[in-house]
Amino acid sequence: MLTDKHITKHYGECVQDGHLAQAFVLGTASGKSLTANKKSAALSPQTEWLLSVRDGRDRQAFARLFDFFAPRLKSMIMRSGISAAQAEDIVQDVMLTAWRKADQFDPSRAQASGWIYQIARNRQIDILRKERRPIPEELSIPDQDNEDASQSLAFEQEAQQVRKALNGLSAEQRQVVEKAYFGELSHSEIQQETGLPIGTIKSRIRLGLERLRHELKELR
Amino acid sequence: MSEIRHHISDNLLTAYAGGALGHPFALVVAAHVSMCDECRARLEAHNAVGGALLDDLNEIKVSDGLRDAVLAGLDDDFDVAPAPVRASGVYPAPVAEMLPMGRPKWKSLGLGTRQSILYDGPEGSARLLYIPAGQAVPDHGHNGLEMTLVLQGSFHDETGGFGVGDVQIAYDDLDHCPTAGTEADCICLAATDAPLRFHSFVPRLLQPLFRI
Repeated sequence: MLTDKHITKHYGECVQDGHLAQAFVLGTASGKSLTANKKSAALSPQTEWLLSVRDGRDRQAFARLFDFFAPRLKSMIMRSGISAAQAEDIVQDVMLTAWRKADQFDPSRAQASGWIYQIARNRQIDILRKERRPIPEELSIPDQDNEDASQSLAFEQEAQQVRKALNGLSAEQRQVVEKAYFGELSHSEIQQETGLPIGTIKSRIRLGLERLRHELKELR
Repeated sequence: MSEIRHHISDNLLTAYAGGALGHPFALVVAAHVSMCDECRARLEAHNAVGGALLDDLNEIKVSDGLRDAVLAGLDDDFDVAPAPVRASGVYPAPVAEMLPMGRPKWKSLGLGTRQSILYDGPEGSARLLYIPAGQAVPDHGHNGLEMTLVLQGSFHDETGGFGVGDVQIAYDDLDHCPTAGTEADCICLAATDAPLRFHSFVPRLLQPLFRI
């Protein structure tokens, strides 16, 4: 099986030769599914595992998700100054929430990592503040039998572009971005960091916007 | 619905994704995202960034018992989450969830203007404001950040016009006098991290009484 690093490297090469980058831009501009370069397109192993959990209640796949995310979640949660023991309680809650809410996972709108990141931020706030974090109204669950695989692959490729942008940051910039996304900077501190974190990533995010909007419209 | 023209800024959206935004502002962001596909897409893109960062974090080993506990927990009955609250009338789901009987408990502020406080705590306050069509909200400045989301009708002030779904983000440098549009009574969700400073209408001394 390919590891994460292999896949990143693989995508990196594809982007360098320009084909994927071109297909990517065309795909997002038209809002149509991306079919070019099929052989380079694959979902991340974590996303595949989460789909096995969603569609087959696959415990082995869930155990793999746990082994991958639990030590990372613990690391993220402890950055907020939370004890190891309490961090593990939150990790347990996040992973069980992922198991129970797996039917809401939509691979055309998220990778496993982004989906679990969002659950972790919600649960950490709910548990520590003892009040429910306001969250947007959930969209209706899409028809999973007619899932459009090309849309999931398109999202996967866009997410790779975001990763590439992140990997291009200097160590200092990277640190600021991590602080912002792990809840260590207030909104005004984020605004004061002009140019650095958000500016670099924003253009990458914008590329995915049109397609995501298109996806969301279908769920209305 | 007319097209939404005033959206959540990237710094606020990032702070929301990261969990650093105070409760009253998080409520406005969640309410706006419920009404605005563009900001929903932007928020999901921010979550993708958060996920990529999570993937790259150094691992901190979890105790052996945790894995067993989680895997054993898969068979547990869990409280089936109550059906998600849906929008109710003009109130998007995150707001509807905070209304005890599905509608606000209004308190008069005089001259037909009403408010309903949804949240009041150390991080600021969130309230619904009801302003009769064509009427001005008292001239005020703020000490900190104020976010105002239009749920019904419209208002305009020195900075422009705001319709349903639009959010105004005002910092302490804005001294403004919003006026409700004449087409309908205006209902807004307003969040502040500091008490409003009114220049007229309600004397300063009475502000704690009204909590405005």
